[in-house]
Amino acid sequence: MSGDMSEAAPAMDARAREEAENLRQREFGFWLYLLSDAIIFALLFMTYVVMVDSTAGALTGRHLFSLSNTFLETMLLLFSSITFGFAWLSARADRRSHVLGWLLVTFVLGAGFVFLEVNELIGMAAAGAGPGESGFLSAFFTLVGTHGLHVSFGLLFIAIMSLQIALRGLNPYAMSRLYRLGLFWHFLDIVWIGIFSVVYLPGLL
Amino acid sequence: MLGKLTIDALPFYSWVAMGGAGVTVGGALLVMAVITYFGKWRYLWTEWLTSLDHKRIGIMYIVLALVMLVRGFVDAIMMRAQQAVALNSEGYLPPDHFDQIFSSHGTIMIFFMAMPFMTGLLNIAVPLQIGARDVAFPFLNSVSLWMTAGGAALVMISLVIGKFSTAGWTGYPPYSGIEYSPDVGVDYWICALLISGVGSTLAGINFVVTIIKRRAPGMTLMRMPLFTWTALISSLLMVFAFPALTVACALLGLDRFFGMHFFTNEDGGNLMNYINLFWIWGHPEVYILILPAFGIFSEVVSTLSAKRLYGYRSLVYATIAIGLLSFCVWLHHFFTMGSSANVNAVFGIATMVIAVPTGVKIFDWLLTLFRGRIRFHPSIYWTIGFIVTFVIGGMSGVLLAMPPVDYLFHNSTFLVAHFHNAIIPGVLFGYLAGFGLWFPKAMGFKLNERWGFRAFWCWLIGFYLAFMPLYVLGFHGMARRMETYNVAEWQPYLVVAALGAVVILCGVVCQVIQMTLSIRHWREERDLTGDPWVHGRSLEWMTSSPPPPYNFAVIPTVKSRDAFHEMKRHGTAYRRPARYEDIYMPKNSAVGPLLGGLAFLLGFAAVWHIWWLVAVSALAILATVVIRCFDDDPDYCITAAEVEAIENRRFEAMALADTEPEEAARHPAFAAQMLPARAT
Amino acid sequence: MMEAKTSHDGPSLGRYLTGFVLAAVLTVIPFGLVATGTLSRDTTLIVIAIAALLQVLVHLRYFLDLNLSTTPRENILAIAFAAVLIFIMVGGSLWIMLDLNDRMAI
Repeated sequence: MSGDMSEAAPAMDARAREEAENLRQREFGFWLYLLSDAIIFALLFMTYVVMVDSTAGALTGRHLFSLSNTFLETMLLLFSSITFGFAWLSARADRRSHVLGWLLVTFVLGAGFVFLEVNELIGMAAAGAGPGESGFLSAFFTLVGTHGLHVSFGLLFIAIMSLQIALRGLNPYAMSRLYRLGLFWHFLDIVWIGIFSVVYLPGLL
Repeated sequence: MLGKLTIDALPFYSWVAMGGAGVTVGGALLVMAVITYFGKWRYLWTEWLTSLDHKRIGIMYIVLALVMLVRGFVDAIMMRAQQAVALNSEGYLPPDHFDQIFSSHGTIMIFFMAMPFMTGLLNIAVPLQIGARDVAFPFLNSVSLWMTAGGAALVMISLVIGKFSTAGWTGYPPYSGIEYSPDVGVDYWICALLISGVGSTLAGINFVVTIIKRRAPGMTLMRMPLFTWTALISSLLMVFAFPALTVACALLGLDRFFGMHFFTNEDGGNLMNYINLFWIWGHPEVYILILPAFGIFSEVVSTLSAKRLYGYRSLVYATIAIGLLSFCVWLHHFFTMGSSANVNAVFGIATMVIAVPTGVKIFDWLLTLFRGRIRFHPSIYWTIGFIVTFVIGGMSGVLLAMPPVDYLFHNSTFLVAHFHNAIIPGVLFGYLAGFGLWFPKAMGFKLNERWGFRAFWCWLIGFYLAFMPLYVLGFHGMARRMETYNVAEWQPYLVVAALGAVVILCGVVCQVIQMTLSIRHWREERDLTGDPWVHGRSLEWMTSSPPPPYNFAVIPTVKSRDAFHEMKRHGTAYRRPARYEDIYMPKNSAVGPLLGGLAFLLGFAAVWHIWWLVAVSALAILATVVIRCFDDDPDYCITAAEVEAIENRRFEAMALADTEPEEAARHPAFAAQMLPARAT
Repeated sequence: MMEAKTSHDGPSLGRYLTGFVLAAVLTVIPFGLVATGTLSRDTTLIVIAIAALLQVLVHLRYFLDLNLSTTPRENILAIAFAAVLIFIMVGGSLWIMLDLNDRMAI
C-alpha cells in the first residue's frame, strides 16, 4: 500500500507539471490572440484616419465630441486597470474575498465606462449623426463600438471569473484565467489610449 | 418571422440552378442514407465528429477539402464549357448564373478546399513531426474544424436556398454593396468568410503554440523538420493576416446590413480602402497556402530520394524571408488603382524580391534530388511536375510585378493563367504530394500507385491544356470572367482550355478510382512498420501507422536534425522502454460540432435577416462558451497497462512485417534495425 | 495540490502604482493642452502622439509586465513581429490611401 503511494507520487508530480505547462501554453496562446486582435484595431484606426475628412457635409468631430466626457471615460478605464491589478495582487496573496471585492470595483468602473460610451453614441445618433450619415461617422462608430463591445465582453468575463472564484476558490486554473483576463483588460486600456489620441483629441483641436 | 426568406428562394427559376440544388441535396441525403444503412451514426459521432484527436481532426479537414475540391472543380468545368461555346451567343448559362459560378469557384477553392486541406495536413503531420502527443489546444482544434465546416455549409446551402454572390471571390465594392447586389448572395459570402476566418485564426494560434511549446526535448528550432518550419511561418501569417480579412468583410457587412458608408459611392465612402484591406490579407494568404506545400516538397524530395535535405538552413531562412516579405507586396494586386509611380515602384520591386528566396528553394530541391536514390512514387511526380510548372508561373508573376506591364494585363486571362499556374502546382500538387506521403501514416495503408500516376499525368497535361491558352488569350486582350464574347479568334483557345478541363476531370476520376481501390485492397498495402517509405527521416515515421491516440508511448529525445534517421543509424529507433507510464489525453467534446452548427445557424439567420434567430444563436454560442469555461477536467487517462498492450501489439505487427518478402527485406540495413524488436 | 503560481508573478504593488501615476500624467498633459489650447495645433498633435506612445509603453511595462529579462522570449518575438506588421500595414495603407487621395484631389 505504502509502496503504491510512493510509486504514485512522482507520477502525480509529473502530471501537475504537465498541467502547469498547459496553462503556460494557454497564456502564450492568449498573447497571440491579443496580437491578432491588435491588428484588427490597427486596421480600424487606419480606416478611421483615412475617412476622418469624409464627412459628406454631416457633422464633424469638433461638433460631436466632448472633452470632459472623454476624460471621464479615460479615467474610469485607467482606474479600472489599477483595480484589476489590485485584484491580481490579492489573488497572489491568496485572499479570495479581496479578489472578489476588487473585481467588483473593476466591474463597476468598466460598466460606468460602457454606460458613458453608449450614452454618447445614442446621443450622437439622436442628434442626427448616426453611423449611416457619412463615411467618417461609420468609421467612428465602428472603431469606438468595437472597443466598447470588447469592454462589454470583458465585463461578462469578469462576472464569470468572480463566480468561478466564489464557487471554486483560487485554484491554478482560476489563477491562469485571472491572469489572462488581466491581459485582456489592460490590452483594452491600451486600445483606448489610441482612441482618445487618434479620435477624440485631434477631433477637438 | 422568417425575415427575407420566402418560397421564392428555392431554385425553381432555372434548370441549371435546380440541377445544382438537386445534386447538393441528393448527395447529402445519399451520404446520410449510407450512414444509416450501415448503422454508423453513433460510431461517427463518438469516434470522429466529437473527437479531439489531431489525427482524426486532420482527416476530417481533408475529407471536407476533397468534397469541396469536387464542388469547386464542377464550377470550373462549367465555366470552361460555357466559354467554349459562348461565341456570339449566351451559351448554356445565363449571366447571373455564370457570375455565381466564378464567385463560388474562387471562394471554395481558396477558403474551403485549400485552407482545410492545408490545416488537415498540418494536423496530421506537425504534432507527429515534433514528437508531441497532441496540439497545444485540442478543444480549440475541434472548434476550428467545425467553424470551417460551418462556413463551407453556408456556401453549399446557397445552392439550394437563395443565390450565391456574383461579385467574384474578392467581392469588390461598390458592386458588392447593397445598392448593386441587393440579393443575399454577398451576405452568404461575407458570413461564410467571417465564420471560417475565426476557424483559421484559431488554427493559426493553435499551431504556433504547438510548435513553439510542444517540441520533444532536444528538438531545437534548427532541428525541426522543414514541414514544421513552414507550418510555423504559415500559422504565424494566419494569426496576423486574417484580421485584415475580418475587418474588410465586417465593414462590407456593416455597409450592407446597417447602411454605413465605408465602401459606398456616396456619403464619403471609400471603396479603394476595401481593396487595400482585402489584399493586406490576400497576399499573405497566398503564402499561408504555399509555404506548407513548400515544406511538403522538402519532405518528399528527401524522404523519397533517401537523402538528407540539401540546404536546410537556406530553406529555413528563405521561408522566414518569404513570410515577412509576403506582408510587403499587397499593392501589386491593384497597381491600376492609380497610385503614384513611387508607390507602384516600391511594391513592384518588393514583389520581384520575393522571387529570390523562392528561387533558392527550387535549387535546394533540385540538389536534393541530384544523385539521390529516387523512389518514383506519385508524390515525387507531383513534386517534379510542380518544379517545372511553378517556375513558369513564377516567371509570369515576375512579369506582372512590373507596374507598366501589369497595366496591360490587368484583369485579363493572362492574370487568371498566372495565378492558376502558381496555385495549382504550388498548392494543390503540393498537398496531393503530401496526401500520398502521409496517407499511410494517417490510415495505416498505402495508396494505389498505378492510379496515382494516371491521376498525375491527367492533372499535369490537363493543366497545361487548360491554362497555357489563357496566357495567349491574355495577349489577345480577353478579359477574365466573360460569359459571352464576339471575337471568333478566341474560340479555338477556349475550346482547348475546355479540353484541358476535361483531361483534369479524368485526373479527378483516376483519384476516385485510386481511393476506391486502395480502400478495397487495404490489407495488401498495409504499413506494419510505421516507416512505409523505409527512409523516413523525421519522427512521424517512428510511431505506428496509424499512430495510437497518444502518438508516442515515450516522448522521444532528439539529438540532431533528421532525428528518426539518426536513431535508425544508431540502432535505437525501436527500443522498448523499461516501463510505460499513464498518459492523459483530452476527452471527446460535442462542443466543437455544436459551436460550428450554431455559427452556421447564426450566419444563415443573418443572411436572411431573421433577427430573432440571430439573437438566439448568438446567445446560444455565448452560453456554450461560458459553460465550457467551467469544465476544468477535460482529460481521460490511458493507463500504463493499456499503453503497454497497445505497444506490444505494434511490435508484434512489426515483426510480422519483417518476415514478409517486402521492401524491408531488400534493405539489409533496415532489416537489421528490426532485430532487437524481434528478439524481445 | 499544484503550486498556485502557474504564471509569471505579474507586477508588484509598487509597479502598479508607478505605472498608474505615469499613465495619469501622460493622460492629463494631452487633455490639458487640448482644453487650454496653449500650443499651436501642429505642436499639440505631436505632443499627443508622443504622450500616447509613451503611455502605451508604460502600460506594457508596468501593467502587462513586459520586460526583457523575465518575459518569455517567444512572447517578446511575437509582440515585436506584430509591431512590425502593424507598422507595415498601417503605414503602408496610409501611404497608399493618402497618396490616392492626393491624386484624386488634383
